[in-house]
Amino acid sequence: MCLAVPAKIIKRSEFLGTVDISGVTREVSLMLLPDAVVGDYVLVHAGFAIQAIDEEEALRTLELFKELEQYEIDS
Amino acid sequence: MLLGINTAKDGGIMHNQEELILLGHGSGGRLSHDLIKNIMVSAFANPLLAELHDGARFSIGGTKLAFTTDSYVVKPRFFPGGDIGKLAVCGTVNDLAMCGAKPLYLSAGFILEEGLPVVELKQIVESMRATAKVAGIDIVTGDTKVVERGAVDGIYINTAGIGAVLPQADITARRVKPGQVVIVSGYLGDHAIAVLSERHGLTLPAQIISDCAPLNGLIQELLTEVPAISMLRDPTRGGLATTLNEIAADAGVGIILEESTLPVRPEVQAVCELLGFEPLYLANEGKVVTFVEKEDSEKVLKIMRQHPVSAAACIIGTVTDKTAGQVALRTMVGGLRLLDMLSGEQLPRIC
Amino acid sequence: MKLTAEETARAADFFTQAIAKLVKHPVRLMEVCGTHTVSIFRSGIRQLLPDTVELVSGPGCPVCVTPNEYLDTAIAYSGRKNTILTTFGDMLKVPGSQSTLMAEKTQGADIRIVYSPLDSLAVARENPEKVVIFLAVGFETTAPTAAATILQAEQQGLDNFFVLSAHKLVPPALRTILSAPDIRVDGFLLPGHTAAISGLAPYQFVASEYQVPAVVTGFEALDILQGIYMLLAQIANNKAEVANQYRRVVKPAGNEAACRILQQVYQPAPAIWRGFGEIADSGLVLKPQYSGFDAKARLPLAAVVTREPSGCRCGEVLCGRIRPEDCPHFGLSCTPEHPVGACMVSVEGACAAWYKYGQGRWNYA
Repeated sequence: MCLAVPAKIIKRSEFLGTVDISGVTREVSLMLLPDAVVGDYVLVHAGFAIQAIDEEEALRTLELFKELEQYEIDS
Repeated sequence: MLLGINTAKDGGIMHNQEELILLGHGSGGRLSHDLIKNIMVSAFANPLLAELHDGARFSIGGTKLAFTTDSYVVKPRFFPGGDIGKLAVCGTVNDLAMCGAKPLYLSAGFILEEGLPVVELKQIVESMRATAKVAGIDIVTGDTKVVERGAVDGIYINTAGIGAVLPQADITARRVKPGQVVIVSGYLGDHAIAVLSERHGLTLPAQIISDCAPLNGLIQELLTEVPAISMLRDPTRGGLATTLNEIAADAGVGIILEESTLPVRPEVQAVCELLGFEPLYLANEGKVVTFVEKEDSEKVLKIMRQHPVSAAACIIGTVTDKTAGQVALRTMVGGLRLLDMLSGEQLPRIC
Repeated sequence: MKLTAEETARAADFFTQAIAKLVKHPVRLMEVCGTHTVSIFRSGIRQLLPDTVELVSGPGCPVCVTPNEYLDTAIAYSGRKNTILTTFGDMLKVPGSQSTLMAEKTQGADIRIVYSPLDSLAVARENPEKVVIFLAVGFETTAPTAAATILQAEQQGLDNFFVLSAHKLVPPALRTILSAPDIRVDGFLLPGHTAAISGLAPYQFVASEYQVPAVVTGFEALDILQGIYMLLAQIANNKAEVANQYRRVVKPAGNEAACRILQQVYQPAPAIWRGFGEIADSGLVLKPQYSGFDAKARLPLAAVVTREPSGCRCGEVLCGRIRPEDCPHFGLSCTPEHPVGACMVSVEGACAAWYKYGQGRWNYA
């Protein structure tokens, strides 16, 4: 029930944004994420940006996966 | 069976409508296969048809020939990287090449819709001329019909082709054996994505275009240098997964693919993630999958990588004696799961 | 921002080994969301887990849990004069009592697949003399998109756009599962994208009232492995809390703007779930001030004759009472090409996934 894809906002005009996913662009609605700005990474579902992606957390997750033996996993 | 609704004997959903053809029957997946098997193959039944390769092969007066046909109804008729005309020539040329034949002559039948702009027809025919030249074949006979507005969508083309089977070629499922490797000639899904992106409001970067191209030059060189090649097929409708399932079933072998080796462009991957498609089920129009002994694989790769149509060729899997008739995928996280044939057509989804 | 194939394999290896060490006795984990079910199958995760860890599918397939009456009503509307139906692709092949939307489309009904509900507004603008009905199905991830679309339709003054709504909420279904004495679930993998909208609060009761651990999880294979690891670690340590594996997307408060828009247009109501019966406050209906967009209120229709498929056990699959392969129809009289119930043909139906990925009919030897 939840197919959503991370994308970067490259243009914004009121409540319409253009997002870029690996070079592919599409118009999405920003009605559900009104504070989004150009440069933000957002999650896109059914033609809407539905949540912002926290880049710091994203990097932290990536680092965790890369260096698993050295990090303590939250339990 | 009716319109996808079951008639289980214990009183499942009942129906009283007549059976109709669905779009899914044309997708190249299981529905298509069943339709062709149950209706056409069973009616026309003969040993040449039974082989069910990309074309029929037979001898006339000592000369071995290959013969094939295909119809083209692609929409939109002009797409990034080609048009229906280019597709019509490439598709049949490639099917002949997949039979191990040197394509010689094509026929071209046109069904035109009343109201089609002549300038478009000219463009499409010019495309066919140019592609035929690259492929080194002649279009020697044809037919043209015009039907009323609305009876077809602009233009439909059928091409049939004849080629001479190369003496060194022996392309047959019987020669596919465990231990052989599976090589694909390049990136998967480019054609399908180039064709359907506009329909879904997606703008592709300029480098994503249909891979539609004649492969006979490449294949002739491959078969001359590496006659050990046991199988060739182009993964068109239904995608690579469907093609490999057909081969696994025909040859009675298992195939294991390594997900980490599958070549997919990031842009194509992005469209697939957005719409819920899987690259392994998308049509390609300028790719060939090849089966060959491991010791010959380097040679095959070397030849392929020197041709522009196959510069990104790579090994993607192996043939095994386990799971005969089925294709498995070893995933990025190390799980091994079944890779089935396409069922009906892929629909965009949000779940 | 991606991992290499080697890094992915190494990380997966770490999790699978850690999981194997943690599991002392059989555990039953429920993957609530259908998208998780598909992702788990696509990555072959079941093959990596010890036999003692059972992953069971839950009610997170919005199409599967919607009873036939909704489909039958949609099909009836598709036969209405001057009517265009817009729908997500997910709905096309799902069987109603007599037919499917795909079958109706084949016979000439104007049914159009949209990627976004907003696409329906363009259809409505381009066809002012026709009525456009959008099939609004989905959980908390999708409902706000329908709500926003209705607000836009209002702004644009469209009078020929309607929705046939069957939105549902996940937490009430979980409560029903937790309250059922015959369903045992030792831990929940919670849907990452519905939580991205609703936040963590609506799920706290799973731990606080029922003492069952839960982890809000993302959808990449490594996310799911980490989520399973976190669940098993809680179980091993006798803990029960709602943890967040998907921190890069799920914020504790969720998306407040989306929730506000949802609450502006929709209100909770009882809803019937296949397999569960009626669950209080588990569905969303249009608020009275937006009833002008409600197809059922504004477009009269003759009563539809509805029958649930006899012998179909989708309901039991959806609450984790049985596995797809326990159903006598599975793979025999019920296949994706010829389905008896929704679970076999919905893109993320548990039965469809089990069938497509070979579980129950394929084992790599």
